[in-house]
Amino acid sequence: MPFIPHTETDVREMLAAIGVDRTEDLFDEIPARLRAGELEGVPPALSEMETLRLMRERAAQDGALLNFIGAGAYEHHIPAAVWEIATRGEFYSAYTPYQAEASQGTLQLIYEYQSMMTGLTGMEVSNASLYDGASALAEAVLMAVRLNRRAKTRRVLVPRSLNPAWRATAHNIVHNQGIELVDLPYDAATGRVDPAVLADYEEEGAVTALVVPQPNFFGVLEEVDTLSDWAARHGVILIAAVNPLTLALLKPPGEWGETGVDIVVGDGQPLGAPLSFGGPYYGFMCARKQHVRQMPGRIVGRAIDADGKPGFVLTLQAREQHIRRSKATSNICTNQGLVVTASTIHMAILGPEGLARVASASYANTHTLIERAATFGVRPAFTGDCFHEVALRLPRRAGAVLEAMAADGILGGYDLGRISPELDDAILVCATETKTSDDLELYIESLRRALAA
Amino acid sequence: MSQQTADLKFTQSHEWVRDNGDGTCTLGITEHAQELLGDLVFVEAPEAGRRVAAGDACAVVESVKAASDVYAPLAGEILSGNEALADSPELINQEPYGDGWIFKFRPDSMEALGELMDAAAYDAFVEAEG
Repeated sequence: MPFIPHTETDVREMLAAIGVDRTEDLFDEIPARLRAGELEGVPPALSEMETLRLMRERAAQDGALLNFIGAGAYEHHIPAAVWEIATRGEFYSAYTPYQAEASQGTLQLIYEYQSMMTGLTGMEVSNASLYDGASALAEAVLMAVRLNRRAKTRRVLVPRSLNPAWRATAHNIVHNQGIELVDLPYDAATGRVDPAVLADYEEEGAVTALVVPQPNFFGVLEEVDTLSDWAARHGVILIAAVNPLTLALLKPPGEWGETGVDIVVGDGQPLGAPLSFGGPYYGFMCARKQHVRQMPGRIVGRAIDADGKPGFVLTLQAREQHIRRSKATSNICTNQGLVVTASTIHMAILGPEGLARVASASYANTHTLIERAATFGVRPAFTGDCFHEVALRLPRRAGAVLEAMAADGILGGYDLGRISPELDDAILVCATETKTSDDLELYIESLRRALAA
Repeated sequence: MSQQTADLKFTQSHEWVRDNGDGTCTLGITEHAQELLGDLVFVEAPEAGRRVAAGDACAVVESVKAASDVYAPLAGEILSGNEALADSPELINQEPYGDGWIFKFRPDSMEALGELMDAAAYDAFVEAEG
């Protein structure tokens, strides 16, 4: 029985009412070449069991590729306990439960998450999370415009060494609000922003904010202290866009330069979220306390009730979309509850020492790759120090080399020619703590063979 | 009409304005407004030197319930915000017509001030608004 409520008679009556003979006549306006017609190559229906078997066979064809691609999303080991706990019935919900009386556990978890993020970033406040790193950056740009009343323009300097997907997303979100994202070049030799280029923007109020990635999209470490001090000297809001895992070893943005930065954003994916075809991830945002009233999203606070008992409450949501409508500080009306839950458990299980070990191992593995590749003449494309990801310059176009490596079962890196034609002989390679020394050897051998072919 | 409000003018958006007699005015929100908002937790006063047009949103009062705009009743220039509110926003709940003032400004012309409601008219307006 078809799940269509109207009968043949209904259809005839409706067609007659508008003066056509057949349902097909309703589509006359659409040229025949645009009609999809019958689907070809779709086999007859299978039973559930047959479908399952077919899917397993097809999935096996993908094989288990050895992944050396980072480029904004990183493969890290996630202890089995993390998602085992996060997907318990008490936590597992498509929506974050907020009713304080019903969800003290969720609120406490978010409070713990905020505490961990302020610890990692060296900032005073953290919100309860945003959708992903790219949208967190866009929200930080909007926040900077609200904060910087001295600026005569709504221009934000965004280095070309920042993740291109983040740049595109931020542009999409802010450009219709009259905010201009100005490209800041990176130095072709070092792969990082040369602070000298900022001299063009020193006029009072010339720019609202400066974004500083750390490490940047090429894995290179920016001169964050110099950039942060420049921003502080010229009344420019500094937005740090960081990989949170690297903060286990690197100086936190709250301590950059003499004053620290204003806003820190990033993607929380490296802290317990699997790669999973690009999501769901979560964005984090931390800031100075003095900026908290302009911060989007919400914050969970610890309070004491009339009887002196501690409890957790949502604070600072009075400026949100569901209360303030068109005058809201942001259109963010929830946070990325489930992924944040997993991430908080992940950080709690690893602890500061565990996170530092993961960061150290990732750093060491990537640098081992760099050394071994140098033995046959493959060197980093940039001279700037890199963390756990590196752009390698190949003696030929990257695309064919990566294809040859894929035939060996190795995802050899991200083809940088995809973002810039002058980098079409460079690949972005990342070796996290998940790679063993055998894996690194397989990579080096495969790369050597691909280049010799 | 209380002694506190006898010399004040009122807007339909629940601000009060005092003519300081020296070409400047002081502005705050009314007793009725603070009562509706409840405990205030933050006040964002406007920046000194800013030009405003009549009807511009130029300050924000945030209570535990909501964040609400405060509007400029007349065109003019902001002279100063009440710095005491940064640490003690509750002054607005305690003394809305006194220490709880929000900002001082210099109107381009005082004439339009006469078009605002006096205390009796405002009381009637609040009554009618229900």
